[in-house]
Amino acid sequence: MGNSLFQGEDLTCIRGGRTVFLGLSFNLAQGQALILEGPNGSGKSSLIRMLSGLVRPKLGKLLWQGQDATKEPEIFQSHIHYIGHRNAIKPVLTVLENLAYWSGKTKDDPSLDDALDHFRMLPLKHTPANLLSSGQSRRLTLSRLLASERSVWLLDEPSVGLDVASVALLEEVIKTHRSKGGSVIFATHSPIHVENPNRLNLQDYSPLYNKELLAIENDEESWI
Amino acid sequence: MKAFLNIVSRDLRLALRQKSDLTMAVLFFILTAMLFPFGLGPEPNLLARIAPGIIWVTALLAVLLSLERLFLADYEDGSLEQLILSSTSLEVAVLAKVLAHWLTTGLPLILAAPLIALLFNMDSDAMTILLIAMILGTPSLSLIGAIAATLTLGARRGGVLIPLLVLPLYIPTLIFGVGAIDAAMNSLEAGAVIANARPHLLLLGAILLVSLLITPLAGAAALRQSVE
Repeated sequence: MGNSLFQGEDLTCIRGGRTVFLGLSFNLAQGQALILEGPNGSGKSSLIRMLSGLVRPKLGKLLWQGQDATKEPEIFQSHIHYIGHRNAIKPVLTVLENLAYWSGKTKDDPSLDDALDHFRMLPLKHTPANLLSSGQSRRLTLSRLLASERSVWLLDEPSVGLDVASVALLEEVIKTHRSKGGSVIFATHSPIHVENPNRLNLQDYSPLYNKELLAIENDEESWI
Repeated sequence: MKAFLNIVSRDLRLALRQKSDLTMAVLFFILTAMLFPFGLGPEPNLLARIAPGIIWVTALLAVLLSLERLFLADYEDGSLEQLILSSTSLEVAVLAKVLAHWLTTGLPLILAAPLIALLFNMDSDAMTILLIAMILGTPSLSLIGAIAATLTLGARRGGVLIPLLVLPLYIPTLIFGVGAIDAAMNSLEAGAVIANARPHLLLLGAILLVSLLITPLAGAAALRQSVE
């Protein structure tokens, strides 16, 4: 367990009275990539939101560097980047203003230019965000990953709307991040290539797809 | 503190670039208040008598109109999730957003109020008290309204729910806001204006302090709930 950075034990997620997944454990070490797989509705987004601390697990534990952080997600929230389905872009602000706001930096900070350049967004720096295409908006959102340094990236379908060249940019950025000891957890339906990833198939933990769990779920419900 | 100013300045910048949002509340206030003299007829004494109530009610409705957009855009575009995950305390963030809301709705209403007061033939003493009462009262309107705005985030057609939640809570502000001006208009000696209005103004201040305390806590809790 020496190099374990982020760990989940027996996590259970219940949303709107329905068990999304149960008994899920994972272990993320420095520099690792964990790919979440599974069909629609198997709980990939729910798991990522849980790992970001937005949703609290009903059962189970989250450990950050061995410390129990289930009740206090603040412990790890300053170390993660969460990128969800929605881009959190304000249409009336320019590309640079949007990025500056979320990174907590001033607009003349050179690291913002660097981050935009990595995703080939530098020429659009002063464009109002409402003129961006959906792929460009996604690239602006992804450049948040580089604008401020965090050790764990949680990406929920990061490549939605991206063209092939942009996916390659993302892969490159993930590679650099891992070479510096950073870790990444992402859910995706389109292939994003990373070197020797760990995989977690949510289907195995979802009562919707794994009929064996249905019995346990009913059993547990009678408890609750 | 830096994060607080960051949020305020961002929200102000957003409001300034979407001028329709910014002007809607104050235009509603002026236009609605202007309708009453037409409806009631040109009788100066009557107009002066009912002016405090009309000004407060229309100001209250104008604030109500603007409440929905306080958190909804952030909720819909995912900014709220990022705000919750950021290192800024959510309570501070709620206060910052409310301050920005007051600067873009409450403050313009205060600036427009003397114009309406003139239209209703209000004397200068009453007008002074009106301004003091609004300075104390409109921040409470933003603060109380923010709780309702956060509570209705997940709900379908939440905008319809906000008035139902908020209007009963606005009644104390309305009563003491109008009371202060009435007390000023009814005082016979010039020196007694402030003394007569004082209890009402103090109560408005008390409402402000209580809502200043409750809104960050309740608002932050409701925001956390809304993204779950």
